[in-house]
Amino acid sequence: MTNLVLEYSRYLMLLIVLLYSILNLYGLRSVDVRWQNRLSRHQMFLLFLLHTLGYLIIYLKTSEIRMVAFYGIQLAVFFLYYVSFGFLYRHGSRLLIGNTLTLIVLGLMMQTRLDFEYAMRQFVFVCAGLILTLLIPVVIRYMHILAKWGWVYAIVGIGALVAVWVVGNTTYGAQLSISIGGFALQPSEFVKILFVFMTASMLQRSTSFRNVVIVTAIAAVHVLVLVASTDLGSALVYFVSYLFMLFVATHQPLYMAAGFGAGSAAAVGAYFLFSHVRVRVMMWKDPFFDYDNKSRQIAQSMFAISTGGWLGSGFYQGMPKLISLVRNDFVFAAICEELGVIFAICIIIIYLGFVLQMIWVSTWMNELFYKIVGFGLAVMFGFQVFLHIGGVTKMIPCTGITLPLISYGGSSVLTTLIMIGIIQGLHLMKEKEARVSDGYEGDYEEEYEEREYSRRRLPEEEYGRRRRAEEAEEDFDFYEEERPAGRRRRKNMDQR
Amino acid sequence: MVSYVVLILFIAMAGYLVRFVYKEADTYKNDARNGKRMKQLEDKFLRGDIMAADETVLATTSVTEDGGERRFYPMGQTFAHVVGYTGRGTTGIEGMANSYLQDSHTNPALRIVEALRGIKSSADSVITTLDVGLQETAYSALSGHSGAIVVMEPGTGKVLTMVSRPGFDPNTLEEDWEVLTSESNTSSNLVNRATQGLYTPGSTFKVFTALEFLREYPYAYNDYSFSCDNKYEAGEYAIKCAHGVSHGNVDLSEAFAESCNGAFADIGQKLDFSDFMQTCEDAGFNTSLKTRVPLAKNRFVLDNNDSLWDVLQTSIGQGETQLTPMYNAMVASAVANGGTMMNPYVIDRVLSKYRERVASFGPSRLMTIMTKEEARILKEYMDACVAYGTGDDAAGEGYHAYGKTGSAQTRSDKETNAWFIGWAEDSRDPERKVAVSIVVEEGGSGGSVAAPIAKKLFEEWRSRDLSEEEYGSDMPEEETADDEVVG
Repeated sequence: MTNLVLEYSRYLMLLIVLLYSILNLYGLRSVDVRWQNRLSRHQMFLLFLLHTLGYLIIYLKTSEIRMVAFYGIQLAVFFLYYVSFGFLYRHGSRLLIGNTLTLIVLGLMMQTRLDFEYAMRQFVFVCAGLILTLLIPVVIRYMHILAKWGWVYAIVGIGALVAVWVVGNTTYGAQLSISIGGFALQPSEFVKILFVFMTASMLQRSTSFRNVVIVTAIAAVHVLVLVASTDLGSALVYFVSYLFMLFVATHQPLYMAAGFGAGSAAAVGAYFLFSHVRVRVMMWKDPFFDYDNKSRQIAQSMFAISTGGWLGSGFYQGMPKLISLVRNDFVFAAICEELGVIFAICIIIIYLGFVLQMIWVSTWMNELFYKIVGFGLAVMFGFQVFLHIGGVTKMIPCTGITLPLISYGGSSVLTTLIMIGIIQGLHLMKEKEARVSDGYEGDYEEEYEEREYSRRRLPEEEYGRRRRAEEAEEDFDFYEEERPAGRRRRKNMDQR
Repeated sequence: MVSYVVLILFIAMAGYLVRFVYKEADTYKNDARNGKRMKQLEDKFLRGDIMAADETVLATTSVTEDGGERRFYPMGQTFAHVVGYTGRGTTGIEGMANSYLQDSHTNPALRIVEALRGIKSSADSVITTLDVGLQETAYSALSGHSGAIVVMEPGTGKVLTMVSRPGFDPNTLEEDWEVLTSESNTSSNLVNRATQGLYTPGSTFKVFTALEFLREYPYAYNDYSFSCDNKYEAGEYAIKCAHGVSHGNVDLSEAFAESCNGAFADIGQKLDFSDFMQTCEDAGFNTSLKTRVPLAKNRFVLDNNDSLWDVLQTSIGQGETQLTPMYNAMVASAVANGGTMMNPYVIDRVLSKYRERVASFGPSRLMTIMTKEEARILKEYMDACVAYGTGDDAAGEGYHAYGKTGSAQTRSDKETNAWFIGWAEDSRDPERKVAVSIVVEEGGSGGSVAAPIAKKLFEEWRSRDLSEEEYGSDMPEEETADDEVVG
């Protein structure tokens, strides 16, 4: 019987995640938050099923009671979080929160399956990060001074990166971490956020050529320090997000073109300068060129993905541990192997929805600072996903970077959750702006629920009559107050 | 704008994954270094059967009384190399078709029923192109010698026979493993000589020397003549013809048929080496051929820095040139097939436990190694070789044979390796052809040792009733092959 559960769980999990990702794309159809939030409830139900099924399999495979306890604690924490978020931020995006939880759950499932100890540690960071996402929106909303500290971000950011470069421990060829009180911190993760804030703050002041040159120089220092400490993946992420932020600030395609030109030239230069870059490219061309040593990892990743095939070998039924560093840099290969390529594509869709939502939130920001911050974070997030998945599947040379929220890594999880908190803050500002410009200070959701309630109570005709009267009144207000801008905005948004 | 960039990147990732699973995954999956994962899959189903073309079982898994599983090879040593083994790594068809033999493609509903009844389901079965009669003939013909025989259909690339000796008994492999792999055992029983053995081609390589000569002297090759007095001297070197024979005045056709070393050494000096290299590399030397049956890499070395001795040796197939018996069968097939080399295959189709077709593999073209005209001329020469030359022992009743013999010297103190490559046309239907490649290690001369084996194989093949072989149903497949050639 256990075998049967294991055998068919892969179809079931696939079905759940397929439904989930379809709902996700469907949810992006409209920017109407109320509508999205209602959708989110269905998604949360699917997530609950997936989570339960995942840990059921883990329990069946290990018969360890601590797995059940771990599951229980997770469920309680996530439920509490979801409810308290809804309570604190009535207009917050639950779609974003739902997707965050889904990715976290998938991550914890994979980590538990790979190594229980690490999953526990990951969970601690997840909890800390989730608490931060509850606090950050307030900070973003009320501390407008954040936009003025450009030089502070630059100095702290570069300082931290240089510190790692100088005293950093060497992990797998790249100097990434620095130990503070027993914890190995990866400043390049946290500095990402400072970097985005720095760029946004500096570029909002002025986009004159002179200023652009200064900001570019500061950004270049970041990237060069990262290159010097051989953290090429992060360097690429910083670089690409900077180009996009510059584009958003200046609307100048020339900068973008010049940036990509310079980037390509630098990549070619790096190929000839650094042997480890050449090794990566060789591994990409032929994953077997040095199978016994350097390229075993990527070759094993290809083996894992190909053996898993469309449907995967079933959760907890593959051998992902044959890939070294599978829990952080190669976690996507483990997903492909056990849950299958279709499942993996669904995860790509979830990430896609996530990034698109981040971008669209930023599009609607009025203040340039927030707009740049939003875009910068979105591009960072998206590009990191691309580097990880592309690298693991040998689409591009592997750079060794984490998959946000799924890969193991405290710094990575914390940073990603902070990013999401910031985006959530932007989202709330947008909602607020929309309400203010509508000239309506009330509560859409409350109003909606009232309406729903009365629709259910009143006879059809009576409800229709009242509703028409209300609408007529609204339209009347609309013309009389002569505030077409906000109203039109709202409509546009609904059409998206 | 940014949204579109993100959208495109993410769709590209998903698209890449789909393409990977569709196109490349099988190669990675069946890689020997992925053995651990595949081994795990194995435990889910009862490993599938391997069958000959007539569905004679070549390998099957049975459940023993104590519930264990045992792989059994009813034909034993005869099919040992081509079928391969599993357990100590996987080789042969066991290796090539591993992912099919381990996975079941039956209806999931049927699998639930089986799981509930506690039956371990069988994985898919593989039907090969192998012909039991020809394989047995080839196996017994090589008895007492080391060597390899490959028989294939020139027009389709279907491999009918693949024998390598000395062999091993796959049924007692576990027990024999120590002895077979011990250092004192120098006969490499486990190596499939047909696909992995690299042999000096000897005079069979004259096919390429003659081809290059045709290409470089398209108007003059017919006027070529050479006077053979057994010993050909060039500089301080001398090349002799076998058995102390003098061939007298020969033209190209006679030189080829009689395998006159002097004439070919002379021709070799007239050739442009870089063109010769190009011809050979275009035909598949020095490259990893993308064949469906993995082959060792052939080798051809010749350049302008080579000494006269190297040039003389290379033109008569000695020297550093090396190729696999399978490749030589492909060369003979290509000549028979008007210059088109078909991609050889042994796995014909895969059937599920309930005989649903899971996959099937038809003929496919590998490359064109010569023009139709060149193939026609070489065919004439190979005809002459069997009609009145060194290969006359391959001729027989009811078929028309073409061929080239070879006696390759590997060490001066040993007998030569006997070679025969060629093909036969059924006199009842000239379109029905079969190509052979035979090498007998230290057998002596190709004409007296290898050619008679070819005759045995041709006769066995000729003895079939045309209808019995489902000949009619094979026809459309051949037609599609021809279409591919044209396209």
